Amino acid sequence: MGTTLAEKIISRKIGREPSPGEIVVLPIDAAMAHDGTAPLMIKSFEEMGAKKVWDRKRAIFVIDHISPSSNEGTSALHKMMRDFAKKHGITLYDVGEGICHQILPEKGYVFPGGVVVGADSHTCTHGAFATFATGIGSTDMAAVFASGKLWFKVPESLKVNVTGKFKKNVMSKDAIIYAIGEVGADGATYKAVEFTGDTVKGMTMDSRMTMTNMAIEMGGKTGLIASDSTTKEFLKGRIDVPFIELSGDKDAGYSDVLEVDAAELEPQLSCPHQVDNVKPVSEFEGKPVDQVFIGSCTNGRLEDLKIAARVLKGKQVKARTIAMPASREVMLDAIREGIIEELVKAGCAVGVPGCGPCVGGHHGVPSPGEVVISTTNRNFKGRMGCADAYIYLASPLTAAYSALNGKFTVPPEV
Amino acid sequence: METLRGKVWKFGDDISTDLIIPGKYKFKTIDFNELARHTMEGADPDFSSKVSKGDVIVAGKNFGCGSSREQAPVVIKHAGVSAVVAKSFARIFYRNAFNVGLPVVECPEAVDKVKTGDVVEISLREGKIKAGNKTYSFKPIPAFLMTILQDGGLVNHYKKRGGFIWEKEPK
Repeated sequence: MGTTLAEKIISRKIGREPSPGEIVVLPIDAAMAHDGTAPLMIKSFEEMGAKKVWDRKRAIFVIDHISPSSNEGTSALHKMMRDFAKKHGITLYDVGEGICHQILPEKGYVFPGGVVVGADSHTCTHGAFATFATGIGSTDMAAVFASGKLWFKVPESLKVNVTGKFKKNVMSKDAIIYAIGEVGADGATYKAVEFTGDTVKGMTMDSRMTMTNMAIEMGGKTGLIASDSTTKEFLKGRIDVPFIELSGDKDAGYSDVLEVDAAELEPQLSCPHQVDNVKPVSEFEGKPVDQVFIGSCTNGRLEDLKIAARVLKGKQVKARTIAMPASREVMLDAIREGIIEELVKAGCAVGVPGCGPCVGGHHGVPSPGEVVISTTNRNFKGRMGCADAYIYLASPLTAAYSALNGKFTVPPEV
Repeated sequence: METLRGKVWKFGDDISTDLIIPGKYKFKTIDFNELARHTMEGADPDFSSKVSKGDVIVAGKNFGCGSSREQAPVVIKHAGVSAVVAKSFARIFYRNAFNVGLPVVECPEAVDKVKTGDVVEISLREGKIKAGNKTYSFKPIPAFLMTILQDGGLVNHYKKRGGFIWEKEPK
């Protein structure tokens, strides 16, 4: 029997074939903590009495969650990170650089066959590059910073096979929301989610990262996509290890397979207050929306902003709309392509690259009773900082059309 | 540590880390006594004033889903809770709980039967939960995680042993 992509990556690291459920210890290629998790990581690292970061080139800090800081408490935590980074000589991406999950691939920390851990649940995003990438907590991260290794249970894999051609108003976000609705919020717990099929093969890296980003929303340990020429093109000039093509075998043992017919999909929403509470946008057509957010590690990339700008070009939004590029690189590209100008002219509030309103920590907090359409990955009660707001997750296309009309809108199929 | 006894507080399915400790608090401080005042606030706003030392949280499936914030198991522990029993746990929360020294066990059968106010006795080593005259079994905690728990979490484990157990015996 063949091996899944997760097993393939692990076997390359340990030099033999692993079996699902087995505990293995893996060397870490990159380890990242951000301002929501690094302060506790530092506390644990120092309390352990660890003296030195195992490899200063592989340890990364990112200030993205409350960035720039909105209050003294957060500023003190940011300072704590800067002091630690300086003391140990590790790289810290500061205010304005963007979201950790966009920065890591851009800066060459992520490559096919690698093992990446992040003190952030959406670390599964990096699986789009055929990297075994998973979220861990702060103390686990302290252990990695001290030793460069961590234990893992070899996961079973769930295959999500997407085939066929999307309608013109459907994006990869709709496919992943649909899949989460089918699998459920805990349907892939402890498992790797491997996305396959000609639809995934035909996607840009931007679209693929949206899929793997949300693997955690079905409980997944990581989301994985085979590396190919599209991956290679993105990583060109960024990584300093040889690029390899890796994919799961056709005859590998998957615990389950979800078949998704892309042509049948219509625009989807995750409705309050669970990501797996999935309904088509058409059921809400015409419902007023108070705030729209286009951004985050799910949908703040160039492709997403470009789509929003295309919809809003020469027009005015009717709902309060916030747009944030996922990184400085994305922002610069969006400036060069005139995207930022169109968004600003259309009435969007364009913000500093970072997590923004997604985590409800510092700005863009909705008021009680307000309805939000967001291109992010979570709609839990209180997620955006207000427990009495109603968050609907959607594609950038649905978000942009809904912003334009001030109400839930099924994007036209053009 | 091996046998725990406490009063039950029952919760439903999919208790996310946003309900356990909303993000808006965790970005401002790592003072756990301050954070613990907001424990489970999203699911029960009065929880931190009602809970007593040694109490046990009992919940449905997918407890601790959502973000990787370790503050979630930490505030539960700081609030005085001695263990969490659930039908299932989100994996990052599960790891984090052991790392901070909070025992967590998966026992769907017990979850279905016990209610708020019941007193339960949990034997971690034997994999048993006693509630009234009923006993429920769960899969015992893997030995290496039990060691971390007994050492008082991963920080104390490293301090005590000068390394991590999985570096020597990954079982």
